[in-house]
Order: sequence, then C-alpha cells, then structure tokens
Amino acid sequence: MANYYIPAKYLFSNILNVDIMIAPFITSKTIELGSKYSPDFVCTPFKYTLGSMIEALDNGANILLQFGGGCRYGYYSELQEKILKDLGYKFELYNLINAGKADVKRIYKTIKKIDKKFNVFKGLYYLFIAINMVKYMDKIDDYIRQNIGFEVKKGSFDKLLKEMLEKFETVKNPFSLYVLYKKYFKKFKQIKINKPNNYLKVGVIGELYTLMEPFSNYYLEKELASFNIEIKRFTNVDYLLFNNKKVHKKALKNSKKYMKYKMGADASSNVYWTKYLCEHKYDGIIHIKSSFCTPEIGVMPIIDKIASDYDIPIIYFSFDANTSEIGIKTRLEAFYDMIEMRKKR
Amino acid sequence: MKIGIPKALYYYYYFEKWRYFFDEFNIELVSFDTDREIIAKGNYYASSEMCLSLKIFLGHIAKLVDKCDYILIPKVDNYGLKDQMCANFSCLYDLVNNLFDVKILTYEIDYIHNLNELKGFIKLGKQLNLKIKDIKKAYHKACIKFNKKMKEKIMINTNKLDSCNKKILIVSHAYNIHDNYIGKIIKDNLTKFNCEIIYSDLFNNTSDLSFYLSNELYWKYSKQNIGAIVLCKEKIDGIIFLTTFPCGLDSLVNELVIRKIDKPYLNLVIDDLDAEAGIETRIESFVDILEQA
Repeated sequence: MANYYIPAKYLFSNILNVDIMIAPFITSKTIELGSKYSPDFVCTPFKYTLGSMIEALDNGANILLQFGGGCRYGYYSELQEKILKDLGYKFELYNLINAGKADVKRIYKTIKKIDKKFNVFKGLYYLFIAINMVKYMDKIDDYIRQNIGFEVKKGSFDKLLKEMLEKFETVKNPFSLYVLYKKYFKKFKQIKINKPNNYLKVGVIGELYTLMEPFSNYYLEKELASFNIEIKRFTNVDYLLFNNKKVHKKALKNSKKYMKYKMGADASSNVYWTKYLCEHKYDGIIHIKSSFCTPEIGVMPIIDKIASDYDIPIIYFSFDANTSEIGIKTRLEAFYDMIEMRKKR
Repeated sequence: MKIGIPKALYYYYYFEKWRYFFDEFNIELVSFDTDREIIAKGNYYASSEMCLSLKIFLGHIAKLVDKCDYILIPKVDNYGLKDQMCANFSCLYDLVNNLFDVKILTYEIDYIHNLNELKGFIKLGKQLNLKIKDIKKAYHKACIKFNKKMKEKIMINTNKLDSCNKKILIVSHAYNIHDNYIGKIIKDNLTKFNCEIIYSDLFNNTSDLSFYLSNELYWKYSKQNIGAIVLCKEKIDGIIFLTTFPCGLDSLVNELVIRKIDKPYLNLVIDDLDAEAGIETRIESFVDILEQA
C-alpha cells in the first residue's frame, strides 16, 4: 500500500533472518490476475491482494503474510490460501489476525515459526522505530496533501519525498530517525508554494484500502491536486493501528444526532469525519470505496443525510476491477467545476 | 400499544422470543409478509449496492412506519469473539433512524463488552416503563418457551434426514430461506419435485463442526450453516447454496466451502429482478442430475 512497504520492510528485514521481497507495484495486470481467480461479488481489495500474491509467488516468494480486520477483511486469508493452493503454488500463508482482532500471542507464534532465533527485545526495539517511522511519514504526507496542489515547480514534493524515504531505510536508531524527520520537514516547508487566499478545500473519506492504495483509486489525489485543491484525508496507517479506538469513541460522542452504535470497520469514523468536514466549512466531500464494501454501503445514506443537513456537496465513487478511468476523471472534473462555481457565488 | 417488527433479518432469529416476552405484558406485535410492494419500497430507500435482504428490511420499515407506535430494532454485534455478525446488522438502527421519522425501541447485545441478552431485554423494557422485576420474569418465561419451540423445530428438521425421498440441504441464512418472497419459490419448486427440504439453520450445536471446513470463520450464522453440511454430509443427496446478491459473508464462505465439498451442489444467487421461471429451470435440472446420479 503506497509507501508503507518501507517501514514494513525495515521492520521485518531487521528482526527476521529471512529474505524480504517487496511485492511488485500494482498494475492493471495485478488486478486482472486477481479478478480472474476471485469469487463473483467479493470486494475489490480481495482481488488486488490475490493478484499481488500471485505475482509475488511467481517471483519466488514462499512465505506470505496477511492481516486485516473489522469486516470480512479478517477472513480473506483462508480463502486466498485455498485458491492459491488449488492453482498449484507451494507456500505458507500466515494470518496475523484472529477473528478480525489483533492477537499478540498469534503474531509471536507466527514469527517464531518463521525464524527460530527471533529475539523479543530486538523485535520490540525495531518495532518502535518502525512505528515512529509510520507516524512521521503520515505527518509529512498530511503536509504534502495540503500543499501539493499549489507547488510552483511541478514535482518538487515528490522528488523530496523519494529522497527522504531512501534516507529512512538506512536509519539505525530512533534518535537519528527523529533528526532526519525534523530536517526533512524543514526542507518541505522551504519548498515554494503559491497559495491563493480563496482556495478550495476537499475532504476525502471512505474505505481504507481504496483510499490508501493510489492505483486502486486511479490516482484520485493526484488528479485533485492538479486542480489546485487542498486535500484532507484522515485514514492512514497511524489511525488504523493506533488511534482506531480513540477515534471511534470520539465519533460516538460527537455525532450522537446521527449515530448511536458503533458500526463495522471504519463506518462510524466516516460519519464523524463527514460531520467534521461539514463543520469546518470544506467545499466538498469525496467518498470513495471499493464496490460491495458492506460497512460503507450501510452508512452511505447517513453520510448523505449529514451532507444535505449542512448543505455541503458530496460525490460517491465506487471502484471495481474494470472501472473506466476516463469516466472517473469526467465526474471529478464536473464536481470540481460545481464546487468552484459555488465558491465564487 | 402496537410494536412493529419488520419481518426480515432479526425477525427470523428472535421473533418467537419477542412474542413470548411481549405476550406477558399484553403488547400487540405487527408485521407483514414480504411481497412485491415491499421490495419496491425497499428499493426506493436503499442505496444501489445494498444486499437484497437489507433492501427487504427497509421495505418492511417503510410499510410499518404509520401502522404502529414503535419499531423494534436491536443491535446485535457479537456473541463472543468467534461469533460475530455481519457488518450490515450493526448499522440497522442508525440507518432507520436517519432515513425514517419513527420511534424506535432498541437494545444492544455485545458479549465481548459484557452486554448479554438479559441486559438487553431490561433496557428494552425500561423504554416502555416496565418494572425490572417483571421484565426478568417475563424474559425467563420467554426463554423457556422459546427453547421448547426451537427443540420442536429442530426435531422435525432432523427427522427429515431419515426420509426416503431425495434429501436436499439448503445452506442459507434464516432470513433468506424462510422469507415469504425469496425462499418460497425455492421451497415450492422443491416440494413439487418430491424433495425433502432440510434447513441448515435448524440444527443443534452445528457451529463447532464448522471447524472441519473452515477454521478461521468467525460469523455466528455462517458457522451454523457450514456446520450443518459437516453434520449431515453422509445423509443428504445434494446441497443448494442460496445467496442474496451481493451478500458479503456468503461471497467468501460459500466459495471456500464449494471448493472443499464433494457433493453435488447448486449455487443460487438471487437479485430483486425476479425470474421465477429461471429459478424453476435451474432447480428442475439440479433435481434431474440428482436422480441420475
């Protein structure tokens, strides 16, 4: 998913005595492979992950890790294992999550199985660095998202981000990581931007995989940036792994009018975020999800109602294996024209 | 006072318990059978990608809105870590609350966070200003009656396994097969061809058996269904998987099970475009195959 393979690779290559292979970047071939062997109406992340598993196995991997939870995400691994075994691949697939909830014992046992010499303290030490790395990356991503639409020299943000991530891969201790982060944050702030007074702000919410994997939403954020729009996105790995419970509690407290119970996956957070975006006078909301995502489908009417109560425009995108890119661009352009006209009025 | 109960989703698991419970207080319950009108209403309120069962649920609500004082919609999240419910079940209350202007009775069942059924019923009774002592009494009475009734149903279902007709196990959520619209076509057709229908949801303790087909499964009712396959694998002639489009759980679970069983099976996916003739043809050819085997 996006650039998050870097902390993951960093973590596993430092604590385990195995060769780490990064799955090839997702292309249209990946999704073609995935949907060929997937059941009919499964949600799209299943197809993407299955496709990249097949590609990884073709490249010679023999251990696969899968984790996820909240909805049917937690059940992916068993079916994927069966499908791949039926295709004749030989490998081991470990699911790190038990019944959709994180299970420390299971993770420890799995790691022990992969590498018998695993050292807990070393593991925790590098885990700490990896967690910090994710947090810093998310903070910098936030800044980039706010400003990338207004850069004077095209591509300067991307170039610097790439340079930073390369440096991140080689850090040895938490302190040097922190120094690096501070140094690059300063550099990011020095990049020249040209922000007009009356710029457009758009919030992006929705299902986590489609939000975070740029290929699966056809580089929607890049497209938005090209319209000179400031983007706000809440879902990131930091939220998924560490802030989940806190946000859910906050969500239930803050949006009592629309929501009484906690809903599946990120559904209740999305209700809260919609309300947040409406209250902070954003110009538009974009809700994206993979098709057949059950929790999101369930809350869409609620999100719709909040948006109409506050009179904020909202657009829904549902991505599947063969959604046409041009169609999405056209809809996005029309949405942009509409919010721009509203702003001028 | 009238309490409306939509005859969909929760109805098929809890209705009997609710009926015995409210009987103790002489409260009337209202519900309707699913028909074309209800499905059309459901389609109007639902968003396009919702599963047919949920659309039917919303249709029922739309019909009930002006015919009762309250509508009962609980939120059942789980019966423990390994017995969770579909994500759709947890958004029902808020969905209805936002879409319709109606008074709703509600309670929550969440065994992970220590909210059991009795606590839920107490909460339910309090909303109607009933006394806790009476609620507890009524709940226990309802439970006894409910268990007796379930035992009878399970007995009938299990006895069918010894019949000499063709025996077909229907693997489906209770809210699909017992529904008056989705399930009835299939039931009618199967009885027409002299088949014995065995329901996967009416067995005792089948959840533990699901382990043999899928050890990571964590949905309560899917586990029950899959367990039933393991339980009566030897005695049945064929299996029909009945799914509403696009059911999230069945899309994964049924695919996995189909890859693992060696019985003849029919995978029926139903959408609201009803083509009764199509379903009839498929069932007929399936029965033909069973007879030739």
